[in-house]
Amino acid sequence: MTELNTAMVEQYRNSFLQEVEANVEEGEWVKMCMQCGVCAGSCPLGNAWEHPPQEIFMMIRAGKREAVLSSDSMWMCTSCYNCIARCPRGLPITHIMHGLAHYAQRLGLVPKNQPTQKFAQKFWQNLNKKGRVNELKLGLSLYFMNGFGEGVKTSLKMKDIGLGMLKTKRMAVNEAFGGHGVKDLSGFQKIMKKAHELEDARIQKSGN
Amino acid sequence: MAKKEYSFYPGCSSQQGASSSNMQKSVETMCEELDVKINQIPDWNCCAASIGYGGGGELPRLTLSARNIALSEQHNTGQDIVATCAACWLATREAAERFHEDDGLMAETNQALAEAGLKLRNETPIRHMVEVLIEDIGYETIGGKVQRPLEGLKIAGYVGCQTNRPFGIAGESFENPMYLDKLVETLGADPVQNYDKKVQCCGGALAFSEPEKSQDMIKTIIESAYDSSADLIVTPCPVCQMNVEIYQDQINQRHNTKFKMPVVYYSQLMDVAFGRSAKDSALDQQVIKAGKLEEIANK
Ligand code: SF4
Ligand code: SF4
Repeated sequence: MTELNTAMVEQYRNSFLQEVEANVEEGEWVKMCMQCGVCAGSCPLGNAWEHPPQEIFMMIRAGKREAVLSSDSMWMCTSCYNCIARCPRGLPITHIMHGLAHYAQRLGLVPKNQPTQKFAQKFWQNLNKKGRVNELKLGLSLYFMNGFGEGVKTSLKMKDIGLGMLKTKRMAVNEAFGGHGVKDLSGFQKIMKKAHELEDARIQKSGN
Repeated sequence: MAKKEYSFYPGCSSQQGASSSNMQKSVETMCEELDVKINQIPDWNCCAASIGYGGGGELPRLTLSARNIALSEQHNTGQDIVATCAACWLATREAAERFHEDDGLMAETNQALAEAGLKLRNETPIRHMVEVLIEDIGYETIGGKVQRPLEGLKIAGYVGCQTNRPFGIAGESFENPMYLDKLVETLGADPVQNYDKKVQCCGGALAFSEPEKSQDMIKTIIESAYDSSADLIVTPCPVCQMNVEIYQDQINQRHNTKFKMPVVYYSQLMDVAFGRSAKDSALDQQVIKAGKLEEIANK
Protein backbone atom coordinates (compact mmCIF):
# COMPACT_ATOMS: atom_id res chain seq x y z
CA MET A 1 0.00 0.00 0.00
CA THR A 2 2.86 2.40 -0.66
CA GLU A 3 0.57 4.32 -3.01
CA LEU A 4 -1.74 5.07 -0.14
CA ASN A 5 1.27 6.08 1.91
CA THR A 6 2.36 8.58 -0.76
CA ALA A 7 -1.17 9.95 -0.98
CA MET A 8 -1.29 10.44 2.78
CA VAL A 9 2.10 12.16 2.86
CA GLU A 10 0.82 14.55 0.17
CA GLN A 11 -2.51 15.13 1.82
CA TYR A 12 -1.25 15.76 5.34
CA ARG A 13 2.02 17.44 4.48
CA ASN A 14 1.58 20.03 7.19
CA SER A 15 0.22 17.99 10.01
CA PHE A 16 0.86 14.43 11.03
CA LEU A 17 -1.45 15.05 13.99
CA GLN A 18 -4.31 15.70 11.56
CA GLU A 19 -3.44 12.56 9.64
CA VAL A 20 -3.63 10.55 12.86
CA GLU A 21 -6.89 12.23 13.87
CA ALA A 22 -8.46 11.40 10.53
CA ASN A 23 -7.18 7.87 10.00
CA VAL A 24 -6.19 6.19 13.24
CA GLU A 25 -8.67 4.53 15.58
CA GLU A 26 -9.48 7.02 18.37
CA GLY A 27 -6.74 9.27 16.96
CA GLU A 28 -8.75 12.38 17.78
CA TRP A 29 -7.76 11.83 21.41
CA VAL A 30 -4.02 12.31 20.86
CA LYS A 31 -4.09 16.07 21.35
CA MET A 32 -5.62 15.60 24.80
CA CYS A 33 -2.42 14.06 26.17
CA MET A 34 -0.84 16.31 28.81
CA GLN A 35 2.48 14.45 28.90
CA CYS A 36 2.24 13.41 32.53
CA GLY A 37 4.05 10.14 31.85
CA VAL A 38 1.75 7.85 33.80
CA CYS A 39 1.17 5.59 30.79
CA ALA A 40 4.87 5.35 30.06
CA GLY A 41 5.40 3.74 33.45
CA SER A 42 2.50 1.36 32.99
CA CYS A 43 3.42 -0.89 30.06
CA PRO A 44 4.38 -4.36 31.30
CA LEU A 45 6.99 -4.70 28.55
CA GLY A 46 8.20 -1.19 29.31
CA ASN A 47 11.87 -1.65 28.51
CA ALA A 48 11.01 -3.19 25.13
CA TRP A 49 9.28 0.01 24.02
CA GLU A 50 11.71 2.28 22.20
CA HIS A 51 9.06 4.98 22.43
CA PRO A 52 6.50 4.56 25.24
CA PRO A 53 2.96 5.82 24.58
CA GLN A 54 3.60 9.25 26.10
CA GLU A 55 6.56 9.74 23.79
CA ILE A 56 4.62 8.51 20.77
CA PHE A 57 1.96 11.14 21.45
CA MET A 58 4.64 13.80 21.68
CA MET A 59 6.24 12.60 18.45
CA ILE A 60 2.91 12.72 16.65
CA ARG A 61 2.51 16.36 17.60
CA ALA A 62 6.09 17.04 16.53
CA GLY A 63 5.35 15.57 13.10
CA LYS A 64 7.74 12.63 13.36
CA ARG A 65 5.67 10.55 10.97
CA GLU A 66 8.29 8.10 9.74
CA ALA A 67 9.70 7.42 13.22
CA VAL A 68 6.25 6.76 14.67
CA LEU A 69 4.72 4.62 11.95
CA SER A 70 7.77 2.45 11.33
CA SER A 71 8.31 1.97 15.06
CA ASP A 72 8.34 -1.41 16.73
CA SER A 73 6.87 0.08 19.89
CA MET A 74 3.10 -0.15 19.36
CA TRP A 75 3.55 -3.85 18.66
CA MET A 76 4.81 -4.29 22.24
CA CYS A 77 1.36 -3.50 23.62
CA THR A 78 0.00 -6.48 25.57
CA SER A 79 -3.49 -4.95 25.85
CA CYS A 80 -3.18 -4.93 29.62
CA TYR A 81 -5.27 -1.72 29.93
CA ASN A 82 -3.15 -0.37 32.78
CA CYS A 83 -2.81 2.88 30.89
CA ILE A 84 -6.53 3.35 30.27
CA ALA A 85 -7.30 2.68 33.92
CA ARG A 86 -4.73 5.27 35.01
CA CYS A 87 -4.58 8.08 32.43
CA PRO A 88 -5.86 11.24 34.14
CA ARG A 89 -7.14 12.55 30.81
CA GLY A 90 -9.02 9.38 29.93
CA LEU A 91 -7.22 8.69 26.68
CA PRO A 92 -8.09 5.29 25.18
CA ILE A 93 -4.36 4.59 24.87
CA THR A 94 -4.62 0.86 24.16
CA HIS A 95 -6.88 1.51 21.19
CA ILE A 96 -4.67 4.26 19.86
CA MET A 97 -1.69 1.87 20.01
CA HIS A 98 -3.67 -0.80 18.15
CA GLY A 99 -4.91 1.84 15.73
CA LEU A 100 -1.39 3.09 15.00
CA ALA A 101 -0.18 -0.48 14.50
CA HIS A 102 -3.03 -1.18 12.10
CA TYR A 103 -2.50 2.05 10.19
CA ALA A 104 1.23 1.36 9.86
CA GLN A 105 0.39 -2.06 8.44
CA ARG A 106 -2.12 -0.56 6.03
CA LEU A 107 0.56 1.80 4.72
CA GLY A 108 3.18 -0.95 4.55
CA LEU A 109 5.48 0.67 7.12
CA VAL A 110 5.83 -2.13 9.68
CA PRO A 111 9.44 -3.18 10.39
CA LYS A 112 10.31 -6.50 8.77
CA ASN A 113 9.69 -9.69 10.75
CA GLN A 114 7.88 -8.02 13.60
CA PRO A 115 6.63 -11.15 15.42
CA THR A 116 3.49 -9.66 16.97
CA GLN A 117 2.50 -8.10 13.65
CA LYS A 118 2.82 -11.52 12.02
CA PHE A 119 0.86 -13.23 14.76
CA ALA A 120 -1.87 -10.57 14.71
CA GLN A 121 -2.19 -10.93 10.95
CA LYS A 122 -2.35 -14.73 11.13
CA PHE A 123 -4.94 -14.55 13.90
CA TRP A 124 -7.10 -12.27 11.77
CA GLN A 125 -6.83 -14.50 8.69
CA ASN A 126 -7.48 -17.61 10.74
CA LEU A 127 -10.66 -16.28 12.32
CA ASN A 128 -12.02 -14.91 9.06
CA LYS A 129 -11.68 -18.24 7.28
CA LYS A 130 -14.39 -19.96 9.31
CA GLY A 131 -15.68 -17.29 11.66
CA ARG A 132 -13.97 -18.88 14.64
CA VAL A 133 -10.34 -19.33 15.57
CA ASN A 134 -8.78 -22.69 14.89
CA GLU A 135 -6.16 -22.83 17.63
CA LEU A 136 -4.31 -25.80 16.17
CA LYS A 137 -3.83 -24.27 12.72
CA LEU A 138 -3.03 -20.90 14.26
CA GLY A 139 -0.38 -22.46 16.47
CA LEU A 140 1.19 -24.39 13.61
CA SER A 141 1.17 -21.44 11.22
CA LEU A 142 2.82 -19.42 13.95
CA TYR A 143 5.63 -21.90 14.50
CA PHE A 144 6.28 -21.97 10.76
CA MET A 145 6.01 -18.24 10.19
CA ASN A 146 9.76 -17.83 9.85
CA GLY A 147 10.19 -20.62 7.33
CA PHE A 148 10.23 -24.38 7.40
CA GLY A 149 13.57 -25.04 9.09
CA GLU A 150 12.90 -22.76 11.99
CA GLY A 151 9.33 -24.04 12.15
CA VAL A 152 10.53 -27.57 12.79
CA LYS A 153 12.83 -26.28 15.51
CA THR A 154 10.07 -24.29 17.17
CA SER A 155 7.66 -27.21 16.92
CA LEU A 156 10.16 -29.45 18.64
CA LYS A 157 10.68 -26.88 21.34
CA MET A 158 6.93 -26.65 21.80
CA LYS A 159 6.34 -30.39 21.53
CA ASP A 160 5.94 -31.04 25.23
CA ILE A 161 3.46 -28.23 25.62
CA GLY A 162 1.47 -29.55 22.67
CA LEU A 163 1.45 -33.05 24.11
CA GLY A 164 0.27 -31.71 27.46
CA MET A 165 -2.60 -29.92 25.78
CA LEU A 166 -3.48 -32.99 23.67
CA LYS A 167 -3.48 -35.33 26.66
CA THR A 168 -5.78 -33.04 28.62
CA LYS A 169 -8.10 -32.66 25.60
CA ARG A 170 -7.36 -28.96 25.34
CA MET A 171 -6.08 -29.42 21.81
CA ALA A 172 -7.62 -31.65 19.17
CA VAL A 173 -5.85 -33.15 16.19
CA ASN A 174 -9.03 -33.29 14.14
CA GLU A 175 -9.06 -29.48 14.15
CA ALA A 176 -6.46 -29.83 11.37
CA PHE A 177 -9.24 -31.11 9.11
CA GLY A 178 -12.09 -28.64 9.02
CA GLY A 179 -12.75 -27.96 12.66
CA HIS A 180 -15.07 -25.48 14.36
CA GLY A 181 -16.69 -22.65 12.45
CA VAL A 182 -19.90 -20.63 12.04
CA LYS A 183 -22.75 -22.29 10.16
CA ASP A 184 -23.73 -19.25 8.14
CA LEU A 185 -20.26 -18.81 6.71
CA SER A 186 -21.39 -17.04 3.56
CA GLY A 187 -23.44 -14.54 5.57
CA PHE A 188 -20.51 -14.00 7.90
CA GLN A 189 -18.13 -13.39 5.02
CA LYS A 190 -20.52 -11.00 3.28
CA ILE A 191 -20.76 -8.94 6.46
CA MET A 192 -16.98 -8.81 6.85
CA LYS A 193 -16.43 -7.93 3.20
CA LYS A 194 -18.82 -5.02 3.48
CA ALA A 195 -17.23 -3.79 6.71
CA HIS A 196 -13.80 -3.81 5.04
CA GLU A 197 -15.16 -2.00 1.97
CA LEU A 198 -16.75 0.73 4.05
CA GLU A 199 -13.60 1.30 6.07
CA ASP A 200 -11.26 1.17 3.08
CA ALA A 201 -13.43 3.69 1.24
CA ARG A 202 -13.35 6.04 4.23
CA ILE A 203 -9.55 5.93 4.36
CA GLN A 204 -9.10 6.25 0.59
CA LYS A 205 -11.27 9.34 0.65
CA SER A 206 -9.21 10.85 3.41
CA GLY A 207 -6.08 10.47 1.25
CA ASN A 208 -7.60 12.29 -1.74
CA MET B 1 -34.47 -19.66 43.71
CA ALA B 2 -35.96 -18.85 40.36
CA LYS B 3 -33.92 -20.03 37.47
CA LYS B 4 -31.80 -17.26 35.98
CA GLU B 5 -31.26 -17.18 32.23
CA TYR B 6 -28.52 -15.54 30.22
CA SER B 7 -27.44 -15.33 26.62
CA PHE B 8 -24.07 -17.02 26.69
CA TYR B 9 -21.04 -16.15 24.59
CA PRO B 10 -18.45 -18.91 25.13
CA GLY B 11 -15.78 -17.81 22.65
CA CYS B 12 -13.39 -19.84 20.51
CA SER B 13 -11.09 -21.20 23.18
CA SER B 14 -14.04 -22.69 25.11
CA GLN B 15 -15.00 -25.03 22.30
CA GLN B 16 -14.50 -28.75 22.54
CA GLY B 17 -10.85 -29.65 22.10
CA ALA B 18 -9.72 -26.06 22.60
CA SER B 19 -7.41 -24.55 25.20
CA SER B 20 -10.02 -23.53 27.74
CA SER B 21 -12.52 -26.34 27.22
CA ASN B 22 -11.75 -27.09 30.88
CA MET B 23 -13.17 -23.73 31.87
CA GLN B 24 -16.29 -24.39 29.82
CA LYS B 25 -16.83 -27.77 31.45
CA SER B 26 -16.40 -26.40 34.96
CA VAL B 27 -18.64 -23.41 34.24
CA GLU B 28 -21.39 -25.72 33.02
CA THR B 29 -21.15 -27.69 36.27
CA MET B 30 -21.16 -24.48 38.30
CA CYS B 31 -24.26 -23.19 36.50
CA GLU B 32 -26.09 -26.46 37.14
CA GLU B 33 -25.39 -26.09 40.83
CA LEU B 34 -26.46 -22.44 40.91
CA ASP B 35 -29.58 -23.04 38.84
CA VAL B 36 -28.37 -20.72 36.11
CA LYS B 37 -29.34 -21.44 32.53
CA ILE B 38 -26.90 -20.35 29.85
CA ASN B 39 -28.27 -20.21 26.32
CA GLN B 40 -25.51 -20.07 23.72
CA ILE B 41 -25.82 -17.29 21.18
CA PRO B 42 -26.71 -19.29 18.06
CA ASP B 43 -23.92 -19.31 15.48
CA TRP B 44 -21.70 -16.85 17.39
CA ASN B 45 -18.36 -15.90 15.86
CA CYS B 46 -14.90 -14.93 17.11
CA CYS B 47 -14.55 -11.48 18.72
CA ALA B 48 -10.95 -10.94 17.42
CA ALA B 49 -9.79 -10.70 21.05
CA SER B 50 -7.15 -8.02 21.54
CA ILE B 51 -4.90 -9.19 18.78
CA GLY B 52 -7.03 -9.00 15.62
CA TYR B 53 -5.99 -5.41 15.01
CA GLY B 54 -3.14 -6.20 12.60
CA GLY B 55 -5.39 -7.09 9.69
CA GLY B 56 -8.67 -5.91 11.13
CA GLY B 57 -9.32 -2.20 11.31
CA GLU B 58 -11.80 -0.70 13.70
CA LEU B 59 -15.00 -1.29 11.75
CA PRO B 60 -14.37 -4.91 10.69
CA ARG B 61 -13.26 -5.77 14.22
CA LEU B 62 -16.21 -4.13 15.93
CA THR B 63 -18.55 -5.66 13.39
CA LEU B 64 -17.58 -9.12 14.60
CA SER B 65 -19.04 -8.22 17.99
CA ALA B 66 -21.98 -6.48 16.34
CA ARG B 67 -22.94 -9.74 14.66
CA ASN B 68 -22.85 -11.58 18.00
CA ILE B 69 -24.92 -8.97 19.79
CA ALA B 70 -27.41 -8.83 16.91
CA LEU B 71 -27.80 -12.63 16.93
CA SER B 72 -28.30 -12.54 20.69
CA GLU B 73 -30.91 -9.80 20.43
CA GLN B 74 -32.74 -11.75 17.76
CA HIS B 75 -32.66 -15.22 19.33
CA ASN B 76 -32.12 -14.67 23.06
CA THR B 77 -34.21 -11.53 23.24
CA GLY B 78 -34.18 -9.68 26.54
CA GLN B 79 -31.37 -11.75 28.06
CA ASP B 80 -28.12 -10.14 29.18
CA ILE B 81 -25.10 -11.40 27.27
CA VAL B 82 -22.67 -13.17 29.58
CA ALA B 83 -19.12 -14.15 28.68
CA THR B 84 -16.62 -16.22 30.66
CA CYS B 85 -13.56 -15.26 28.64
CA ALA B 86 -12.07 -11.94 29.67
CA ALA B 87 -11.10 -11.01 26.12
CA CYS B 88 -14.53 -11.94 24.72
CA TRP B 89 -16.28 -9.89 27.38
CA LEU B 90 -13.99 -6.94 26.87
CA ALA B 91 -14.18 -6.93 23.07
CA THR B 92 -17.96 -7.27 23.06
CA ARG B 93 -18.59 -4.65 25.72
CA GLU B 94 -16.13 -2.27 24.12
CA ALA B 95 -17.86 -2.67 20.78
CA ALA B 96 -21.24 -1.97 22.35
CA GLU B 97 -19.89 1.21 23.95
CA ARG B 98 -18.24 2.42 20.73
CA PHE B 99 -21.52 1.96 18.87
CA HIS B 100 -23.32 3.93 21.58
CA GLU B 101 -20.99 6.88 21.32
CA ASP B 102 -20.41 6.93 17.54
CA ASP B 103 -23.51 7.07 15.33
CA GLY B 104 -21.39 6.85 12.18
CA LEU B 105 -19.88 3.51 13.22
CA MET B 106 -23.29 2.26 14.28
CA ALA B 107 -24.75 3.10 10.86
CA GLU B 108 -21.84 1.47 9.05
CA THR B 109 -21.94 -1.72 11.09
CA ASN B 110 -25.66 -2.03 10.44
CA GLN B 111 -25.00 -1.56 6.75
CA ALA B 112 -22.56 -4.47 6.91
CA LEU B 113 -24.90 -6.64 9.03
CA ALA B 114 -27.72 -6.04 6.54
CA GLU B 115 -25.74 -8.13 4.04
CA ALA B 116 -26.86 -11.15 6.05
CA GLY B 117 -30.23 -9.78 7.12
CA LEU B 118 -29.14 -8.85 10.65
CA LYS B 119 -29.70 -5.68 12.65
CA LEU B 120 -27.96 -4.38 15.75
CA ARG B 121 -30.22 -2.64 18.25
CA ASN B 122 -27.44 -2.47 20.82
CA GLU B 123 -29.73 -2.52 23.83
CA THR B 124 -28.17 -5.50 25.56
CA PRO B 125 -25.98 -5.35 28.67
CA ILE B 126 -22.70 -7.22 28.14
CA ARG B 127 -21.58 -8.89 31.36
CA HIS B 128 -18.91 -11.13 32.78
CA MET B 129 -19.79 -14.36 34.56
CA VAL B 130 -18.07 -13.00 37.67
CA GLU B 131 -20.56 -10.10 37.69
CA VAL B 132 -23.38 -12.61 37.57
CA LEU B 133 -21.90 -14.45 40.53
CA ILE B 134 -21.32 -11.37 42.64
CA GLU B 135 -24.24 -9.15 41.66
CA ASP B 136 -27.04 -11.55 40.73
CA ILE B 137 -26.27 -14.50 42.98
CA GLY B 138 -24.13 -13.14 45.79
CA TYR B 139 -21.51 -14.51 48.19
CA GLU B 140 -24.14 -15.58 50.67
CA THR B 141 -26.00 -17.85 48.29
CA ILE B 142 -22.70 -19.21 47.01
CA GLY B 143 -21.55 -19.87 50.56
CA GLY B 144 -24.83 -21.61 51.32
CA LYS B 145 -24.14 -24.11 48.53
CA VAL B 146 -20.78 -25.19 49.91
CA GLN B 147 -20.82 -28.82 50.96
CA ARG B 148 -17.10 -29.47 51.08
CA PRO B 149 -15.27 -26.40 52.38
CA LEU B 150 -11.83 -26.14 50.81
CA GLU B 151 -10.18 -26.22 54.21
CA GLY B 152 -6.43 -26.08 54.43
CA LEU B 153 -5.93 -24.80 50.89
CA LYS B 154 -3.93 -21.62 50.48
CA ILE B 155 -4.87 -19.92 47.25
CA ALA B 156 -3.32 -17.00 45.38
CA GLY B 157 -6.08 -15.04 43.62
CA TYR B 158 -4.68 -13.97 40.25
CA VAL B 159 -7.15 -11.57 38.68
CA GLY B 160 -4.97 -10.59 35.71
CA CYS B 161 -5.66 -7.74 33.31
CA GLN B 162 -8.78 -7.90 31.25
CA THR B 163 -11.30 -9.12 33.81
CA ASN B 164 -10.14 -6.16 35.80
CA ARG B 165 -9.44 -3.30 33.39
CA PRO B 166 -10.85 -1.14 31.95
CA PHE B 167 -14.30 -2.21 33.15
CA GLY B 168 -13.64 -4.41 36.13
CA ILE B 169 -16.24 -5.41 38.66
CA ALA B 170 -18.36 -2.61 40.12
CA GLY B 171 -17.05 -1.31 43.44
CA GLU B 172 -13.63 -2.99 43.08
CA SER B 173 -10.36 -1.14 42.63
CA PHE B 174 -8.27 -1.66 39.50
CA GLU B 175 -5.03 -1.93 41.39
CA ASN B 176 -6.15 -4.15 44.27
CA PRO B 177 -9.41 -5.94 43.52
CA MET B 178 -10.59 -8.14 46.39
CA TYR B 179 -13.47 -10.18 44.95
CA LEU B 180 -11.45 -13.26 44.09
CA ASP B 181 -10.07 -13.40 47.63
CA LYS B 182 -13.60 -12.98 48.99
CA LEU B 183 -14.79 -15.82 46.80
CA VAL B 184 -11.92 -18.05 47.95
CA GLU B 185 -12.86 -17.28 51.54
CA THR B 186 -16.52 -17.99 50.85
CA LEU B 187 -15.52 -21.46 49.67
CA GLY B 188 -13.68 -22.14 52.93
CA ALA B 189 -10.13 -21.78 51.64
CA ASP B 190 -7.43 -19.40 52.77
CA PRO B 191 -6.70 -16.54 50.35
CA VAL B 192 -3.12 -15.32 50.13
CA GLN B 193 -3.10 -11.88 51.73
CA ASN B 194 -1.43 -9.18 49.69
CA TYR B 195 -0.62 -11.27 46.66
CA ASP B 196 1.39 -8.57 44.94
CA LYS B 197 1.14 -10.04 41.43
CA LYS B 198 -2.65 -10.28 41.40
CA VAL B 199 -3.01 -7.83 38.51
CA GLN B 200 0.34 -8.40 36.80
CA CYS B 201 0.10 -8.89 33.03
CA CYS B 202 1.01 -12.40 31.75
CA GLY B 203 1.78 -11.16 28.24
CA GLY B 204 -1.61 -12.09 26.84
CA ALA B 205 -1.35 -12.92 23.15
CA LEU B 206 2.28 -11.84 23.18
CA ALA B 207 3.10 -15.08 25.00
CA PHE B 208 3.10 -16.50 21.45
CA SER B 209 4.96 -13.76 19.64
CA GLU B 210 7.32 -12.58 22.39
CA PRO B 211 7.67 -15.76 24.46
CA GLU B 212 10.75 -14.86 26.46
CA LYS B 213 9.57 -11.41 27.43
CA SER B 214 6.20 -12.84 28.46
CA GLN B 215 7.66 -15.75 30.37
CA ASP B 216 9.77 -13.36 32.40
CA MET B 217 6.52 -11.79 33.61
CA ILE B 218 4.83 -15.15 34.14
CA LYS B 219 7.81 -16.17 36.27
CA THR B 220 7.11 -13.33 38.72
CA ILE B 221 3.45 -14.35 39.01
CA ILE B 222 4.40 -17.89 40.00
CA GLU B 223 7.32 -16.88 42.18
CA SER B 224 5.19 -14.58 44.24
CA ALA B 225 2.63 -17.36 44.77
CA TYR B 226 5.39 -19.66 46.03
CA ASP B 227 6.76 -16.89 48.25
CA SER B 228 3.43 -16.72 50.05
CA SER B 229 3.30 -20.54 50.27
CA ALA B 230 0.25 -20.87 48.06
CA ASP B 231 -0.89 -24.38 47.11
CA LEU B 232 -2.36 -23.14 43.88
CA ILE B 233 -3.28 -20.11 41.82
CA VAL B 234 -6.87 -19.32 40.88
CA THR B 235 -7.90 -17.05 38.02
CA PRO B 236 -11.03 -16.03 36.12
CA CYS B 237 -9.21 -15.58 32.79
CA PRO B 238 -8.54 -18.30 30.18
CA VAL B 239 -5.52 -16.48 28.74
CA CYS B 240 -4.00 -16.10 32.23
CA GLN B 241 -4.79 -19.71 33.09
CA MET B 242 -3.11 -21.08 30.00
CA ASN B 243 -0.11 -18.76 30.02
CA VAL B 244 0.66 -19.28 33.70
CA GLU B 245 0.11 -23.04 33.61
CA ILE B 246 1.65 -24.39 30.44
CA TYR B 247 5.00 -22.60 30.16
CA GLN B 248 6.32 -23.61 33.59
CA ASP B 249 8.59 -26.31 32.13
CA GLN B 250 10.14 -23.85 29.70
CA ILE B 251 10.63 -21.33 32.48
CA ASN B 252 12.22 -24.02 34.62
CA GLN B 253 14.64 -24.83 31.82
CA ARG B 254 15.62 -21.24 31.22
CA HIS B 255 15.83 -20.13 34.82
CA ASN B 256 16.72 -23.28 36.66
CA THR B 257 13.58 -23.05 38.75
CA LYS B 258 11.42 -25.94 39.92
CA PHE B 259 7.95 -24.54 39.32
CA LYS B 260 5.03 -26.89 39.44
CA MET B 261 2.27 -24.58 40.52
CA PRO B 262 -1.30 -25.63 39.62
CA VAL B 263 -3.48 -22.90 38.07
CA VAL B 264 -7.24 -23.40 38.18
CA TYR B 265 -10.41 -21.45 37.42
CA TYR B 266 -12.72 -20.03 40.09
CA SER B 267 -15.42 -22.27 38.65
CA GLN B 268 -13.34 -25.36 39.39
CA LEU B 269 -12.95 -24.32 43.02
CA MET B 270 -16.68 -23.78 43.26
CA ASP B 271 -17.54 -27.13 41.69
CA VAL B 272 -15.36 -29.01 44.15
CA ALA B 273 -16.69 -27.01 47.11
CA PHE B 274 -20.24 -27.65 45.92
CA GLY B 275 -19.53 -31.37 46.18
CA ARG B 276 -18.97 -32.26 42.54
CA SER B 277 -16.44 -34.78 41.26
CA ALA B 278 -12.95 -34.06 39.93
CA LYS B 279 -14.20 -34.90 36.46
CA ASP B 280 -17.23 -32.57 36.61
CA SER B 281 -14.82 -29.90 37.80
CA ALA B 282 -12.56 -30.59 34.79
CA LEU B 283 -9.61 -31.27 37.09
CA ASP B 284 -8.62 -34.08 34.72
CA GLN B 285 -7.81 -31.37 32.20
CA GLN B 286 -5.04 -29.79 34.25
CA VAL B 287 -1.63 -29.89 32.62
CA ILE B 288 -0.22 -29.42 36.12
CA LYS B 289 -2.37 -31.50 38.43
CA ALA B 290 -4.08 -29.66 41.26
CA GLY B 291 -3.28 -32.45 43.73
CA LYS B 292 -4.68 -31.02 46.95
CA LEU B 293 -7.88 -29.86 45.28
CA GLU B 294 -8.31 -33.29 43.71
CA GLU B 295 -7.90 -34.89 47.13
CA ILE B 296 -10.82 -32.85 48.42
CA ALA B 297 -12.84 -33.71 45.32
CA ASN B 298 -12.20 -37.41 45.83
CA LYS B 299 -13.13 -37.39 49.50
S1 SF4 C 1 -1.22 8.97 31.01
FE1 SF4 C 1 -2.56 10.03 29.56
S2 SF4 C 1 -2.10 12.21 29.79
FE2 SF4 C 1 -0.44 11.08 30.82
S3 SF4 C 1 1.15 10.91 29.23
FE3 SF4 C 1 -0.09 9.07 29.07
S4 SF4 C 1 -1.69 9.56 27.54
FE4 SF4 C 1 -0.74 11.47 28.19
S1 SF4 D 1 -2.48 -1.57 27.19
FE1 SF4 D 1 -0.67 -1.41 25.92
S2 SF4 D 1 -0.14 0.75 25.95
FE2 SF4 D 1 -1.51 0.39 27.69
S3 SF4 D 1 -0.21 -0.02 29.45
FE3 SF4 D 1 -0.73 -1.98 28.55
S4 SF4 D 1 0.95 -2.41 27.11
FE4 SF4 D 1 1.05 -0.22 27.61
